[in-house]
Parts: sequence; C-alpha cells; structure tokens
Amino acid sequence: MSFLIDSSIMITSQILFFGFGWLFFMRQLFKDYEVRQYVVQVIFSVTFAFSCTMFELIIFEILGVLNSSSRYFHWKMNLCVILLILVFMVPFYIGYFIVSNIRLWILSIEQLISRVGVIGVTLMALLSGFGAVNCPYTYMSYFLRNVTDTDILALERRLLQTMDMIISKKKRMAMTRRTMFQKGEVHNKPSGFWGMIKSVTTSAPGSENLTLIQQEVDALEELSRQLFLETTDLYATKERIEYSKTFKGKYFNFLGYFFSIYCVWKIFMATINIVFDRVGKTDPVTRGIEITVNYLGIQFDVKFWSQHISFILVGIIIVTSIRGLLITLTKFFYAISSSKSSNVIVLLLAQIMGMYFVSSVLLIRMSMPLEYRTIITEVLGELQFNFYHRWFDVIFLVSALSSILFLYLAHKQAPEKHMAP
Amino acid sequence: MASLDRVKVLVLGDSGVGKSSLVHLLCQNQVLGNPSWTVGCSVDVRVHDYKEGTPEEKTYYIELWDVGGSVGSASSVKSTRAVFYNSVNGIILVHDLTNKKSSQNLYRWSLEALNRDLVPTGVLVTNGDYDREQFADNQIPLLVIGTKLDQIHETKRHEVLTRTAFLAEDFNAEEINLVIEKRYFLRDGNQIPGFPDRKRFGGGTLKSLHYD
Repeated sequence: MSFLIDSSIMITSQILFFGFGWLFFMRQLFKDYEVRQYVVQVIFSVTFAFSCTMFELIIFEILGVLNSSSRYFHWKMNLCVILLILVFMVPFYIGYFIVSNIRLWILSIEQLISRVGVIGVTLMALLSGFGAVNCPYTYMSYFLRNVTDTDILALERRLLQTMDMIISKKKRMAMTRRTMFQKGEVHNKPSGFWGMIKSVTTSAPGSENLTLIQQEVDALEELSRQLFLETTDLYATKERIEYSKTFKGKYFNFLGYFFSIYCVWKIFMATINIVFDRVGKTDPVTRGIEITVNYLGIQFDVKFWSQHISFILVGIIIVTSIRGLLITLTKFFYAISSSKSSNVIVLLLAQIMGMYFVSSVLLIRMSMPLEYRTIITEVLGELQFNFYHRWFDVIFLVSALSSILFLYLAHKQAPEKHMAP
Repeated sequence: MASLDRVKVLVLGDSGVGKSSLVHLLCQNQVLGNPSWTVGCSVDVRVHDYKEGTPEEKTYYIELWDVGGSVGSASSVKSTRAVFYNSVNGIILVHDLTNKKSSQNLYRWSLEALNRDLVPTGVLVTNGDYDREQFADNQIPLLVIGTKLDQIHETKRHEVLTRTAFLAEDFNAEEINLVIEKRYFLRDGNQIPGFPDRKRFGGGTLKSLHYD
C-alpha cells in the first residue's frame, strides 16, 4: 500500500520536473528557433526530469521520506532509464540528425561510451577548475583594463574608414566589370577548342586587375572583422567598469576576493591529496561537527543537526550546480548554434547534462555522512569511488593551473592590442 | 566615377535567413556557392541606372551593407553594430519563410536600426514591442524580402504568403518573395533563367522608393 503512495509521489514529481524542462527548452533555449522535431524537446525534458529525480531521491534519503524499499526500487528504475537514454537513445538521435544534415556537420559521432562516469567526472573537474579560477577573475575589478570613450571612438573611426576603403575598391571592380561586359569581353571560361586557343593568345587586362583588387578587398575585409570584434570587446569592458561602480558590482568584487582564497585552498588541497595519496574519509558535515564538539566544547544533538546540515549543504550544491549548468548550457547554445544545427546541439547538451548529473551524484556521495551514502553505494554497485575522486582531483588541478596560465596570457596580450594605432 | 552619388542600404535579418546570399546575387549576378557566417558587416556594391532609357538617366552605386548577428546579442555587440546605421537611405529586411520567428524578429531589427538617430546614447529604450506609431513618421523606405520559398511545400505556400503580406503592410513596406536556390546556378552567371525579370522588379521597387 505504501509502495503505491510512494510511487505516485515520485511520478508526480517526475511530471513536474518534465514540465519544467519542457518550459525551459521552449522559453529559454529554443526561443529563437522553430521546434519542428518534437522528439528533441521530449528527449531533453525527459533527461532533465530523470536527472532531477536522482537528486530528489538523495534528498529523500537524507530526510527519511518514503519507504526505504520503495526508494531503492525507484533508484534502480531511475538509473536504468537514465542509462538507457544516455547510452542508446540520445546518441541514436544525434546520429539520426547528423546523418540527415551530413553535409553541414564536420564533427563525427564519437563511439558509444560505456563508462559514462569517467567522462562526466572529467567534464565536471574541467568545469570546476576553470570556474574556480575564472570566477574571481570576473568578479574582481582589479583586473579590469581602463577603457575611455576616446579609445572606442578611435576604433570606430578606423572601422568605418576600412569599410569605406572596401566600398571604393568594390566600386572600381563593379565599374570595371560593367565596362568589360559592355565592350564584349565576357568574363567566362573558354568553351570549346577554338575558345581555348583564343584564351592562350589574348589576355584580358581587365580581369588581371580584378584579381589583384579582389585580394586587397579580402585582406581589408579580414581587417574589418578584427576591428569589429575589438570594438565589441571594448564596449563590453566599458560596461563592466560601469557595473563595478554600482553596489552590486562592489558586492561581487568583495565576493571575488573571498572566492580567490577558496580557489587557492582547493588547489592546495587537490595537490596534497595527490601527493600524499590521501582520499578523504569523512565528509565536511561530520568533520565540522566533530571540530565544534571537540575543540569548541559545544554540545548538541549530533544526529538531528547532521541531518539538517547535510540537507542544506547538499541542497545548495544541487541547486547551484543545476542553475550553473543551465546558464552555461544556454550561453554555449546561443554562441554556437544556428537554425540548421540546433537539433544536434540540443541533443549533445542533453547528453552532457545527463552525464554531468550522474557524476554529480557520484561525487556528492563524498559530501554526505555515512548513513546516507549506503543507497548510492548499493545502487551504483561495483564502481570504485576512490578512483573517481582521485581522477577528479587530478583533472581539477590540471584545469585550474591551465586556466590561470591562459587567463594570464590573455590579460597580458590584450592591452598591447588596443594601444597600437 | 567620383561624380556618382552614394546610396546606402542596410540589409538586416536573423542569422541564416540568406542575407549574404541575397547580396551576392544582387551584386555579382551569381549564386553564392559557400555561404558562411557573417562577422561584423560585409559590404557589396551594385551599379544601377536610375530611370534607364529616359533623358534623366543617372548611374548610382548602391551599397548593400549586410550586417550580421541576431537581435538577442549582447548590448556591447549592439552598440558596435550601431556604428553602421548612420545616414541610411533604405533598409531591406530579410526573413526566412520557413521560420516564423525570423519574421517576428524583424520588428526588433527595424527598431534597432531606426532608433539609432532618435536616441543618441545608443541605449534602446523600447522592449521591442510592435507599435505602428513608431513607423508613422519614418522617412526611410523599407523593403521586406522573404527567402527560401522553394522549401515550403506547395499546399502551405498560400498560408505563408498571406501571413507575410500582413507583415509587409505593418511596416508600410513593399514585399518580395524570393527563391535563392543553387539549382539555378549555371556556368555563365548572366544566363540565370528568370533572373532578369527579378532584377528589373527589384530595381524598379528601389527606384520608386528613391526620393530625390
């Protein structure tokens, strides 16, 4: 009897998550495109719904809601469905849509990956590493280059001058072509035997001129594109400078200092873990409670508080990672998609999202006290969790250090670009 | 050559509707073989004989400024694009007949281009909602072009064309529906079948909208 009630609760929540994923797809992701293939939207929403259900089950585990046997059943079922989707359905549809648009897509389909966990964890570690470094860099206004209005105006003037030069050259080309056409020197390939003989003996001076001018125009067009991108950069920096003078900006600046300390701490801990081959046995919640009880002498009901604190901590981690992922996906999607490739890209993003969530569950296990870990250990079975944590630390370290190097180089290079006249 | 007057026409529309193909077709009399994403702005020039055959015949250079990007771009991109909207003589709005959203976005495109002169700070104060009042005192001629007509199935063509007719009326603009298609590409670009007719019609509309 209780199993039925539990199942109906789970199904209701799944329908709610499905609806949210559907709305997000329609309002945010695909807001500039026409949804012609509804199967894509369904797959995206289904993947999102089952991923969120996994997090929901963790929360239920901590809070002790629902029967433990029905929780176990739903875990198993959820995992089955999500692996089915990630390993078979999404790659199949990606293949289907790529094949129907094959001439546009150079990317080849990767082979099916059996160990979804490794890919997901690598991705998470890369993103965390980059995020940990980029976050303070973006928040702190210390790194903002000084941009004045005169800089922007100067660049705009250069851009318009380049466009004018392109126009004047194209006018010459158009006029030359017109006079050539009127004189009867039609600009076409020689056809037939007699045409070939003629083309060898006579030369068309007009067409030689044209190719020269065309090369100049190509170079100028490349220059205009560069100038356009630089001007966009300057405008963006100017906006950031103005934003940093507001209260919100100052608040984020302060947060940036805080996060930079946290980032240094994480890098340090990752190095220690690797060098000393240490894997954390206790989670932050229990350790925090131990510290307060042992060193600060505050006595309180460990069981009660550990449950609530775990719930809050895990809840924050889940909410921020879902929100962060959706925002990043949206930005990424806007940046690289066009009306032809949108289907493939959304499916790829659904794939990434699923893998990301599965590996989040793997890693979240470390943040929970022992009594809540059992279900994940039972369900995911023979996976070696220590390997994943070690792998996460390594990739995180590599990603964070390369991000620091990359941002340093990019920051150094940028001021010299704008100063050149 | 220096005596020929300058006519600047903007070509606006969403990504992938076929602006670069259209401009290439008008200026080079050839179909664009490998369309790629336009970064910034690409310009092309067409020589046009105004009032051809009459004693008032005058040759003009029509500059077609094909501005790339989307209406939802970051405000830094919009501010940079605004630099191209100075002293415009005409605007061509291009939308994809197979994609309804590209037609809806045309309102926002035209507001972005027209408000350039009204709000000198460069900040758009409207949220893009359509308001016929804003086009009432517009002196700049508008032309709405719908592309990819061939990709719509025969039976749906009538419905699509009526929808776009309303669109053109809203803007108080002239309308052309085009097929820009690779099948028409022949070795000698001047012999594209049916193209001379379209060229004349296109030129004709531009002529009638050209206030002197």
